[in-house]
Amino acid sequence: MAEPSAHRSSGGSGDGGSRPPRQGGPGGGSGGPGGRKFFRRKKVCKFCVEKIDGVNYKDVRLLQQFVAESGKITPRRLTGVCTRHQRRVSAAIKQARNIALLPFSNR
Amino acid sequence: MQQRIYEVMFIVRPDMVDEDMDKLVSSIETQVTTAGGTVKSLEKMGKRRLAYWVGGFQDGFYMLLTVEGGGALVHEIERRLRVTEPVLKFITVRMDEEIKRMEKMKKLRDAKKRAVPVQAVVVPAAAATEAAAVEPVPAAPATA
Repeated sequence: MAEPSAHRSSGGSGDGGSRPPRQGGPGGGSGGPGGRKFFRRKKVCKFCVEKIDGVNYKDVRLLQQFVAESGKITPRRLTGVCTRHQRRVSAAIKQARNIALLPFSNR
Repeated sequence: MQQRIYEVMFIVRPDMVDEDMDKLVSSIETQVTTAGGTVKSLEKMGKRRLAYWVGGFQDGFYMLLTVEGGGALVHEIERRLRVTEPVLKFITVRMDEEIKRMEKMKKLRDAKKRAVPVQAVVVPAAAATEAAAVEPVPAAPATA
């Protein structure tokens, strides 16, 4: 069973980058004997696709999509944003927090 | 001295009267000019719910000031804002590099856009032979 072990190792190293198992295919592999194969859509960077080049702290609507309900910045592995844009997004979110456009935390 | 563009966003307390607000705006503008900078714009963004409580307020009046000047100017503006009582919060962001980057990206994209329609126009105009004579290299893949 190469798939589960590969998956676990990729989860352990949280630094991102192109990982072989995710790159290899959308399928999550067999979940077990007779188990349903779950289908994972390939994630794409919203900023690259929609060609949004400036990430601004004033654009609350945009930034809100990358903030969890608790107020935390959503990790790249969940949103699919590329490294470059994630860095800009997180910087913008931090600026927006400072001027009370976004919360630091929601309880 | 190096001229840079800064954005100063600040929050004014929500229970302020309009006249006081106008007074505050004009005083800030004069302060910027006396400190050796130029006001590019001062925009009232309106009342907004704050993401968290600030100084006993849950709402605030957001203002966006764009200035051009050096670091000393920013220092002076920030000192003034700190002293000004109705200002709850402020943030200064340097924008000139961001603007430059955006312009560069736009130029690149425009150049790309322009390159594509030229080919698209030439081929349906039934001037394929002429186009081929003038630009043999780009016309060839379009016709193929």
